[in-house]
Amino acid sequence: MNQTSPQSATLPPEEVAKIARLARLKLSSDELTLYSRQIGQILDFMNVLREVDTSGIEPMVSAVPCENIFREDIVIESLPRKTVLANAPRTDGKFFLVPNILG
Amino acid sequence: MTLPASSTACAGNNGLDHWSIRELGQQLAKRELTSREIIESSLTAISSRDSRIGAFLHVDGDRALAAAQASDERRAAGQALGPLDGITISIKDAICEVGQPATCGSRMLKGYISPYSATAIERLLAAGAIPLGRANLDEFAMGSSSENSAYQLTHNPWDLDRTPGGSSSGSAASVAARMVPGSLGSDTGGSIRQPASLCGVVGLKPTYGRVSRYGLVAFASSLEQIGPFSLDVYGAAALLQAMAGHDPHDATSVNEPVDDYLSKLDEPLKDLRIGLPQEYFGEGLDSEVRRIVEQAIEVYRSQGATLVPIELPHSKYSVATYYIVAPSEASSNLARFDGIHYGYRSPEFTDLESLYANSRGEAFGPEVKRRIMLGTYALSAGYADKYYVKALQIRRLIRQDFDDAFQKCDLIAGPVTPTPAFKLGELVDDPLAMYLSDIYTIAANLAGIPAISVPAGWTASGLPVGLQLQSPVFTEAKLLRAARMLEITSPWIGRLPPTLS
Repeated sequence: MNQTSPQSATLPPEEVAKIARLARLKLSSDELTLYSRQIGQILDFMNVLREVDTSGIEPMVSAVPCENIFREDIVIESLPRKTVLANAPRTDGKFFLVPNILG
Repeated sequence: MTLPASSTACAGNNGLDHWSIRELGQQLAKRELTSREIIESSLTAISSRDSRIGAFLHVDGDRALAAAQASDERRAAGQALGPLDGITISIKDAICEVGQPATCGSRMLKGYISPYSATAIERLLAAGAIPLGRANLDEFAMGSSSENSAYQLTHNPWDLDRTPGGSSSGSAASVAARMVPGSLGSDTGGSIRQPASLCGVVGLKPTYGRVSRYGLVAFASSLEQIGPFSLDVYGAAALLQAMAGHDPHDATSVNEPVDDYLSKLDEPLKDLRIGLPQEYFGEGLDSEVRRIVEQAIEVYRSQGATLVPIELPHSKYSVATYYIVAPSEASSNLARFDGIHYGYRSPEFTDLESLYANSRGEAFGPEVKRRIMLGTYALSAGYADKYYVKALQIRRLIRQDFDDAFQKCDLIAGPVTPTPAFKLGELVDDPLAMYLSDIYTIAANLAGIPAISVPAGWTASGLPVGLQLQSPVFTEAKLLRAARMLEITSPWIGRLPPTLS
């Protein structure tokens, strides 16, 4: 099996922190250090793609043809409210409960 | 057809648990067996073996026994539903069934109960199949070893110190350990074929769009498919037959007619041209795996197949391409886990953003976080063209390689994995090395073509090795018949993992 690249490319920890913020993931300082190294190595490995000339190649988003699928605008049955709320961490029986958003 | 001697010779008590879906179906049809006996046999096998294997996260025996009674009553009334009626399977714990847990192997979904069923499950239930329990997996189907499950390790029944593969770890192990004759898994980059190969069972990834993904908890929507595991090729064909077809609930499910996968299964394909990509037999391939795969290919040549050298020049880019595309889609799909609608909510937060971040940071495991981070990076401003768009362009070149190759051959044969099952713990600290274990399976997901892993042999130390066959889109009938050609010459069903004795 191919070996992981020995040179330790790292992604700067402040960059890792920025991505974590975008992804809404709280990371510990140990995790920041670990991901800084591991994601750096993985991105380094991705650089192999640079050697491929892709000019003029249409990106392939899906393996099947993608087209809009329309249906009649009719009301269909949906899950009962009780069922939808059943897995929620906090509800009042009618709504999902979240912390205050406006001051 | 009578049962192979190997099956009955291995029979413990009643030995039912060693039988394949075809054998069980034949016995049911002859009224020499009841569905209730099948369920009872599986429950006995689970209670005696699963403490060592760790395949199941949840077993619902009472419900299965009730379903078995209904199946036996249908059959007694002459109303049996087909080859799966009364036969039990395990379900990867990422495929929803109403009223059942679906943890996805994650702390995030501990205690979650599905409010609806996947279309694949609905169709299997309509065919009389009986889900018996929920199979362990790498968290959110991200991993190749079971080590990313938040709940337990699954052990390879052929060697308990080794991985069964992943991410459909419990699916493969539950079949290999003869606790159930079949299973449902999902395959995003090899998550059916790799564990099937490492566990010595049949595993099929259908064409993208052939089986509805509705009710499969989404990881990488443009890559993944639900597919079957089975002890025998027939079982995989029967499970696919029941599940395949268009579903309005999945906009990517394709409205193509479904072939008959069963009636000609035993007829060998004539004038078969088998493509051998030089890229699949190069550096990094274990010598024993190579020998076993080459012997299997020789079986086809001896049955009249022509071997055609082919090239898949972009295959060396498939791992890097996949590990941009899949994490990008994952970072988007897993945004739904917000600590509000379902799943884990951190007890500590001060506002909405810290509720999101703390809940997600505490409940996702390391690999899931790694992939969300990688995907967020690849999609972020300034990097999307460099990584995501570039990967999608190379994805098209990978697909084009297959289209070109299939001008010269009907099927592509090669290894499923570069090595036999590795030891649990061996790669867990090196994510990139773990990713490279998917090197031969990933391209089929990127291209959307069907692919199967069929047992081909065992190493000297007794570890199973699969042969991978890949074919053009919507040619599963041919793929299954080709797999059957190997199976019929080397009936491996009688070979049992040492842990069963």
